[in-house]
Amino acid sequence: MADRVIAGRPVVEGEAEGEALVTHDALSFWGGYDFRTGDIIDKHHPLVGVRAAGRILAVPFSKGSSTTTAVLLEAVRAGTAPAAILTTGADSFFALASIVADVMYGKSFPVIALEPDAFASLQSGRRLIVERSGLIRER
Amino acid sequence: MLELSPRDREMLNGDHGPAPQLAMSILVRMADVYGAGELMDISQAHIDSTIYLGDATLEFAERLGSLGARVAVPTSLNVSGVDECGWKDWAVSPEWAAKATRQMLAYEKMGAVPMWTCAPYQTQMRPSFGQQIAWGESNAIAFANSVIGARTERYPDLLDICCAITGRVPAVGLHVTENRAGQMLLRLVDVPLALQQDDQFFAVLGHLVGKLADENIPVIDGIVVSPAEDQLKAFAAAAASSGRVALFHMVGVTPEAPTLDAAFLGRPPERTLAITTADLRAARRELTTADGRELDMVILGSPHFSLAEFRNLAPLVAGKHADSRVRFLITSSRLMKELAAEAGVLGPIVEFGAQITLDTCILASPMLPPEIKTLMTNSAKYAYYAPSLLNTRVTFGSLADCVRSAVEGRVVRDDSLWQTA
Repeated sequence: MADRVIAGRPVVEGEAEGEALVTHDALSFWGGYDFRTGDIIDKHHPLVGVRAAGRILAVPFSKGSSTTTAVLLEAVRAGTAPAAILTTGADSFFALASIVADVMYGKSFPVIALEPDAFASLQSGRRLIVERSGLIRER
Repeated sequence: MLELSPRDREMLNGDHGPAPQLAMSILVRMADVYGAGELMDISQAHIDSTIYLGDATLEFAERLGSLGARVAVPTSLNVSGVDECGWKDWAVSPEWAAKATRQMLAYEKMGAVPMWTCAPYQTQMRPSFGQQIAWGESNAIAFANSVIGARTERYPDLLDICCAITGRVPAVGLHVTENRAGQMLLRLVDVPLALQQDDQFFAVLGHLVGKLADENIPVIDGIVVSPAEDQLKAFAAAAASSGRVALFHMVGVTPEAPTLDAAFLGRPPERTLAITTADLRAARRELTTADGRELDMVILGSPHFSLAEFRNLAPLVAGKHADSRVRFLITSSRLMKELAAEAGVLGPIVEFGAQITLDTCILASPMLPPEIKTLMTNSAKYAYYAPSLLNTRVTFGSLADCVRSAVEGRVVRDDSLWQTA
């Protein structure tokens, strides 16, 4: 079967491959993500208890704490960060975490902004390949 | 396309030293993310990067420190990961305390003012209307923008300090007048005066508004009371926890919203929603995750307890004692504790059995021993985050309910107003 191709805009460029984890609810990583395990821990969030480490996390935007970036930086250092983050707009928090992870550890993750329709078409469990151009292939 | 000033370019080239170079390089990449055409000056900063989480936050701070970083504008420091003088009374490990203290020291050495508070707007570092600033800490961002009318984007940890070191920010977002217009109208419909006067009202409303606003700047219309500053603080903290509110307008209350039209800068709202008493009741219920009457600790002070809050608490606890089974903890800043002592209101609070933690809070420092499983608070921010971060159950209630529960040793809440309203 041919791949489905989704056009995205790279907010922070990079390549990644992994299983999609999709939510339509915004997330604060501080109080929402345990960087020791890579699990989502926000008890108000529908994905509570789900491991996001190594997956391609589609979340419309960040909310809540300013410390979201620091939690993500810790997760990159610990190897528990999502492989990529897909959003509906250019989310400055996710982008900053990736940029500082690059500066500090030479390890960034792609942050890709999608049009609302494209974002809405994503499904958890599908295998996604994120290309440097922001193009996403779904298997 | 980003156009840098000659001075920006000098910093980027390293002419001002390695720390401004590193900070500017991050800022330039972020300017691209924001789609900024240029950078602009700020005259103050508040640093949330002080919160110690682990090795990465410490390594970032010490990396900047090792490069000789200095802040270029007056800069206050947010809560840290440890109560520098009081951590030994709690379950904080010596290793955590040592590393969190190292991180505090790194930022202090950059020339920032060690306020160690998440309510810098209640200190001498309070910015003024229209002042361009770069603030981290979600509650402080929402307060500074909305209640004071200062101008900051929603700055995250790790970027706030880059802004402070360079004195520059991308000239976008909430720094620009036209982007400060309200987008969504939230109209209180038949919400009675008695409920609006209740001590819990603004925290509950903030929790609800954060959820309703999504990415929009909300405008709240229909407030018929004059909220005290600490009620607006509670609103801002709640809305910036349940949502991503960095600026709100409250018609007739906040400085950029003398009228509905002014709040929207003359434009029509993109969306209008009604807020009813039933919505508020449901929002208040969400803030309570405990189901029984058990109570291990009353926790007050997120954001940090102010002098006015100490003043309100003192007469409620005077002559009473907290039950021996219940801890009563207030998180605040060194400055506020000192002011409360000077004002003579600290005595009755300490005699009541209250403990005071400074510099940090229960969410930012692993201080609670594991036997503390049930909390009660009047803070929507504590109520929102504690179940996830601390694995505790929480009851949300008024300040008077918190005191009464501590005295009785179990959760007691006067819900009459919220049931009949």
